[in-house]
Amino acid sequence: MGGVAWAELGALMLRHLYLAGVPLLVGLAVSLPLGWLASRVRWLGPPLIAGTGLMYTIPSLALFILLPLVLGTQILDDANVLVAMTIYAVALLTRTVADGFTSVPGHVRQAATAMGYGELRRVVAVDLPLAVPVVAAGLRVAAVSNVSMVSVAALIGVSQLGSLFTDGFNRNAMGPIVVGVMASVVLALLLDATIALLARLLTPWLRRGVPA
Amino acid sequence: MIRFDSVTKTYDDGTTAVDELSLEIPGGRITVLVGPSGCGKTTSLRMINRMVEPTSGRILIDGEDVSDRPAAQLRRSIGYVIQQAGLFPHRTVLSNVMTVPRLLGWDRARARAAATEAIEKAGLTAQQAGRYPSQLSGGQQQRVGVARALASGPQIVLMDEPYSAVDPIVRAELQDELRRLQGELGITVVLVTHDIDEALSLGDMVAVMRYGGHLAQFATPAELLARPADDFVASFVGKDRGYRALGFADVAVSPRPERTVRLGEAVPAGSGWVLAVDDAGRPLGWADARSWGGPLTESRVRRFGTIARLGESARLLLDAALSSPSRRGVVVDEHGAVVGTVLADDVLDALDARST
Amino acid sequence: MNALALTWEWLTDPASWTGAGGILAQSVAHLRYSFLALLAAALVAVPVGLWVGHTGRGRWLAVNAAGAVRAVPSLGVLFIAVLLLLPRLRGELAFELPALIVLVLLAVPPVLAGTYAGVQATDPAARDAARGMGMTGTQVLRLVEIPGAMPLIMSGLRAAMLQIIGTATIAAIVGLGGLGRFLIDGQASRDYGQMAGGAVVVALLALAVDIALAAVQRLVVSPGLTTAGPGR
Repeated sequence: MGGVAWAELGALMLRHLYLAGVPLLVGLAVSLPLGWLASRVRWLGPPLIAGTGLMYTIPSLALFILLPLVLGTQILDDANVLVAMTIYAVALLTRTVADGFTSVPGHVRQAATAMGYGELRRVVAVDLPLAVPVVAAGLRVAAVSNVSMVSVAALIGVSQLGSLFTDGFNRNAMGPIVVGVMASVVLALLLDATIALLARLLTPWLRRGVPA
Repeated sequence: MIRFDSVTKTYDDGTTAVDELSLEIPGGRITVLVGPSGCGKTTSLRMINRMVEPTSGRILIDGEDVSDRPAAQLRRSIGYVIQQAGLFPHRTVLSNVMTVPRLLGWDRARARAAATEAIEKAGLTAQQAGRYPSQLSGGQQQRVGVARALASGPQIVLMDEPYSAVDPIVRAELQDELRRLQGELGITVVLVTHDIDEALSLGDMVAVMRYGGHLAQFATPAELLARPADDFVASFVGKDRGYRALGFADVAVSPRPERTVRLGEAVPAGSGWVLAVDDAGRPLGWADARSWGGPLTESRVRRFGTIARLGESARLLLDAALSSPSRRGVVVDEHGAVVGTVLADDVLDALDARST
Repeated sequence: MNALALTWEWLTDPASWTGAGGILAQSVAHLRYSFLALLAAALVAVPVGLWVGHTGRGRWLAVNAAGAVRAVPSLGVLFIAVLLLLPRLRGELAFELPALIVLVLLAVPPVLAGTYAGVQATDPAARDAARGMGMTGTQVLRLVEIPGAMPLIMSGLRAAMLQIIGTATIAAIVGLGGLGRFLIDGQASRDYGQMAGGAVVVALLALAVDIALAAVQRLVVSPGLTTAGPGR
């Protein structure tokens, strides 16, 4: 297809999914406590959100190149891309997680506390489930932008779907580029749909018209 | 005067919001349109400044058909106050109030002077004029809404549920001020509400509307309470309308003389309830001297519910009597000094005497 | 010599800064492309966004365009544009124009979405009051909706600018000037110092531009929209 073997395309897609997807999970794990802190500790909120947000201003290519300086890795190392994408995920998600926790109605939180929930237990059992819709919306944005951004790593020689772009460009061949773009978009949409589905499964109380 | 001449409004989906409404709203008065939701009261109001165009019929202001004037020009000459105040969040209070004068093409200095005056009239301070709406309370925002409607000195002010979003205490305050402003300026106010109490206490004339955009009755509050046109009006006006009607009943009751006592004066034991007053003769409260006697101290004086002024309605006189621990209602003159007291029976007797 | 030292050496070498291909000249070029692209995008997206927000027509497009563009890899689009347009263009423009077109295309959706959302977010009561006081449609837009939309218009512009600066960096691969040159050329000549030094400069440039736009945002957004809570 477009001068690209199916097996090669499949392998590149898996690599792409790995480089974009793992940082998403790690980013979420980091953002949950950060965002919770930002929503609960008044003076910490603005600097935390602004600080993580600033990371987002760094252009991806620059970050891929700079990380070896910080991490002591080789420029071709996957770790650079994984860490860079994690940073972007955290930059996007900290704010949404904070918004998600803020969106939990105060009266619900107070009712839970009044019934004897401890702070941590209440966050896990009450706040977190109610924050799922907002967090999931942010996660979908992060997933889609991660998938499209990872392709830039082809410029520093880390292989994934973006390699089809550089390969096609160097050979003056449109086919691989178009295939790569389409595969990347499909991957982004699949990841987006998966998160949307998961969020739906996690929030059965939001479904309308469910027969009793 | 605003005249509705067989005005009908049918929306695109086929619902008739207002049906053949004919009404003469007197100039220089407060007229209230009241009714349950869906009765077309807001639609009727919004047709006056052409925010809604009638399907048929005419609306005349002082004999001139509103549809003869360009809508924007017409609206600039009519004040408009809505429930959520609708202030512009990006402008200061002063700048909000300057809106219509500026739209009318007044220069900045003149617009500013007019706005400053309107802000003061609406009960806001010069300091608040420099604030942004988000820095004000709901009641203050509503005052800005009123100031904004008055700034260019319109003869007519339309108000759509202006007080339904503020708490009852603030609401009563704002209602009093509207009465005062209307009296001072002599403007025509048309106000929409779903609250019959607000309608009866504010309106010189009240138009009760029913579902489907029909006018059920157009009358003064006293008339509405005394002679509701039909069962709908009677039930809408409420169960206690007999008692409420007393609010509009002037009765000739002469207060009985009441012995008053000042703080420090000796009260003989067994005097019953005695009325304590200050040096100017203004009531302080009642002291229970049924089984106690001696010099009157402040701690002996109990505050009481309500005080009626001379010449006030039967409702207030009766309330003063019923809320007094001695069952004698305190009546004061225009300076607030005690004139005497009335018994509930005195008020009822006077009412009986009036109706025979 | 380790990577950090190489980078430091390149950054502190005066020769890196001056001259036709120096840091200063490339920074200016980078800024020029970026602001040009942002201006072009804003000229298209702001009026369309205002129109969509004011009339409510074409809402679907405004909402989904930003999401759709996010899913498209900019590097791929850049290459496609160059392969398509290069044979049809001549002279100096041949290298710059395809890249500039892509920069503008990618910047339009966020500005459009921000502008639309800003106008949409106008308090319906304020809009009703504005009409009721006798404002014409254009006056409502100019005096009420646009000032109220300013915070979201500015966030749209800032998001678009970050996208532009990043994409302009990678556009060095197709021959565009600017700071991306150091990253691409440094890699081609295995000069890690130049590569990382260029990355530091471009990161700082992006940060500086975002801070500058944040300052502009403070200037053009009414304090009434940012101060919250009834003060005494």
